[in-house]
Amino acid sequence: MADALLDINGLDAFYHDFQALYGVDMQVSQGDVIAVIGANGAGKTTLMRAVTGFLKSRAEAIRWKGQAIGALRVDQIASLGIALVPEGRLLFPSLSVEENLIIGGQLKRKGPWNLKRLYSLFPILEERRNVPATALSGGQQQMVAIGRALMSNPELIMMDEISLGLAPVIIKSIYEALPSIVGEGMTAIIVEQDITKALAVSTRVFCLQEGRISLSGNSADVSRDAISRAYFGV
Amino acid sequence: MDFWLDPLVQGILLGGLYALFAAGLSLIFGVMRLVNIAHGDLIVLSAYMALTTSVTLGLHPLAALVLVVPFMAVVGYVLQRFLLNHTMGGDLLPPLLVTFGLSVIIQNALLMGYSADPQKLKAGALETASIAAGPVSVGVLPLILFVTAVVVIGLLQWMFYHTALGRAFRATSDRQDIVQLMGINRAHVFGLAMALALAVTALAGVFLGIRTSFDPAVGGSRLIFGFEAVIIGGLGNIWGTLAGGVILGIAQTLGAKIDPGFQVQAGHLVFLIILAIRPRGLFPRID
Amino acid sequence: MPDTKLHVSRTTRLSTISMTLMFVVVLVLACAPWWASRADIRLFGEISLYIALASLWNLLAGYAGLVSVGQQAYVGLGGYVFFGLTLLAGLNPIAALLIAPLIGVVVAAPVAVLIFRLRGAYFAIGTWVVSEVFRLTAAQVSALGGGSGISLPVSVVNALAQGRFLREALAYWLALGVAVLVTAAVFFLLRSRRGVALMAIRDNELAAKSLGIDIWVTKFVVYLVTAGLTTLVGALIFLQKLRVSPDAAFSSNDWTAFVIFIVVIGGVGTIEGPIIGTLIYFALRETLADLGTIYLIALGIVAIVIMLKAPSGVWGLIRGRRGLELFPISRRIRGLD
Repeated sequence: MADALLDINGLDAFYHDFQALYGVDMQVSQGDVIAVIGANGAGKTTLMRAVTGFLKSRAEAIRWKGQAIGALRVDQIASLGIALVPEGRLLFPSLSVEENLIIGGQLKRKGPWNLKRLYSLFPILEERRNVPATALSGGQQQMVAIGRALMSNPELIMMDEISLGLAPVIIKSIYEALPSIVGEGMTAIIVEQDITKALAVSTRVFCLQEGRISLSGNSADVSRDAISRAYFGV
Repeated sequence: MDFWLDPLVQGILLGGLYALFAAGLSLIFGVMRLVNIAHGDLIVLSAYMALTTSVTLGLHPLAALVLVVPFMAVVGYVLQRFLLNHTMGGDLLPPLLVTFGLSVIIQNALLMGYSADPQKLKAGALETASIAAGPVSVGVLPLILFVTAVVVIGLLQWMFYHTALGRAFRATSDRQDIVQLMGINRAHVFGLAMALALAVTALAGVFLGIRTSFDPAVGGSRLIFGFEAVIIGGLGNIWGTLAGGVILGIAQTLGAKIDPGFQVQAGHLVFLIILAIRPRGLFPRID
Repeated sequence: MPDTKLHVSRTTRLSTISMTLMFVVVLVLACAPWWASRADIRLFGEISLYIALASLWNLLAGYAGLVSVGQQAYVGLGGYVFFGLTLLAGLNPIAALLIAPLIGVVVAAPVAVLIFRLRGAYFAIGTWVVSEVFRLTAAQVSALGGGSGISLPVSVVNALAQGRFLREALAYWLALGVAVLVTAAVFFLLRSRRGVALMAIRDNELAAKSLGIDIWVTKFVVYLVTAGLTTLVGALIFLQKLRVSPDAAFSSNDWTAFVIFIVVIGGVGTIEGPIIGTLIYFALRETLADLGTIYLIALGIVAIVIMLKAPSGVWGLIRGRRGLELFPISRRIRGLD
């Protein structure tokens, strides 16, 4: 695919001597919503860590608009327009809600997202803008984490397990907000344990199993059987 | 009454100097959890830099600050980016031992360059000028020093809570990894924190040099005084650091009043007592 | 599969050879008074005392994670206790040497309770404050010369042994003995249950805690043992110097800076590191000492470079990934192949 926004090609990733990813290939085009599924320890978070630069890889293993970025620093990759909503939210506890959002927009990239727009998406955050971010409920914290990523006006937003540890009703409301986020042609990679949710919001799906891509295809086309096989390797 | 009032006032003013020693230490610990063993030697290095500038250019030591403060800031940035950043990463030993090595290097380099003879920055009439305030007379220099300390600490506090740099400092202190996702270069933020810390250190060094004589070996005890002020005041509380400095200053001047040889020891004892009864300091940050 | 052949052992062929060799070296060194010059014997004595200091600091910082920059507190305490016991209390020097480490432990206990409240790097500076308090206190003891110090009178020296040869030989044997004692103590401590606990704490404090290891008590014990033995070494140092003063006894350069550099250069967290580091340090000192302050600057730079580029020191480089051990500490499973 010549016009891929993000082109992952033969990506290996290591934690010291332990290899966590083996030759992962993934092409993401402008406007795609990719779901990445897989069991615990399959390498989903490792893939996020490699793309964002927390794990260094071969420079050419990851290309962004043709540029080799595998060996860049985390902040350099972020400034290219790749944002991550990390697993566990990881807000800044000594910053207020609003400061968490402002620091997300530190890069001052141009785009539709600003404080005003964010507050209209998540009105509760405006109400509680001056409290420490960690004083919020889990669901509200997740909104801040998503908002913090959006504030940089990224071209690609990656969300790692955004429903983990949240009540079903909260998860529902966050997923309801998703279309208005990715609706404007933003590209997204969503890591999700809940396969039904993942398939519902995505255009394409990748399944990881023990560090390798075991399945990829259009979300609308893949059968549950194929997913089970790819997921559990049976 | 005057017998105790005078050392009390002198002690409070001396506390300003100790708060300046402590502010830089507190800042870099707050932002990057680094304790710089060479901090005291960098204070003394600043005093020597001021000595050289004021002697060669014929400047008043306070005017020399215009050169020494930016110089030390650059030293701080370079030191952090090219040396200390390579020691950061969870393990306690590397930063401690590298700054310890740095301390020995600075001390001996100063010894080679300036010999072991005590030096003093000459501030002319300012050194002896004083204002009579009721029963006690207050030195103009200690007063300037104290006001400077209050202003510096106020500015640091403001910077921390009301500027983009302060926000980046706090975010980096919270989560050194995640802050990079905001496009913030952590190595650069660390460099800026050290630059700012050494700018304050430069100020402390010049005032130290005007107040008392100094030689290459006095850095260690300046580090200790700054450290004691930080612990007495409570970690992470910058106004607490000022209070800690003042308490230490009062302890020392009162100790000296009892016996001149008891001055420093009295400060240490107060520190140890506070460590025994309030291990988190008098004004710990609430979190 | 004949799994009866599987067994756990600590010794390797290398460690057996090296332990035997070290035993021979110690024997040969013990005979030094009959084959070496007086100057050499003094040097060997000094090397022995530095091996002891370095091994003790390494035990504290490299194994227990208690990075102290104030061990001069106990070196100085040892000097002053030894002079106090012999000079003021009129004790026989040997008796004083036996009592000195006990006093070190007794003094260290409340100190530990206090400074253990400080974490990590602040603990380090806390130890420095303690050594300053000791130094300032020593300077107030006018019976031991106050700020200017005091010499050991001839009567005390003579009480040690008759004749110069025997006296110097005895002082040397004591120094050599304490180096062997400290190395052996560290060796057996690391092989004991406490030692395993210690290494567990160093590798992962949280995991060690969940295994039921009382971290505070373990560190407390190590601190006390180290303090007691450092006090003994201090007493021996000033028995050799025959003069004690606050600045010499509590010198942060002599008893902490050099010692830390030695351990960093040799290899932190290994039993071999401090010994190798001491030998390198003395080799450098004997050749470069004339350089004075430049020598200290160079030593600081070498230590920084090693800390950054080869944090496991010279021994770490030699040992490589194969985990060579001259002292058998680790357990190995035999019979797998």
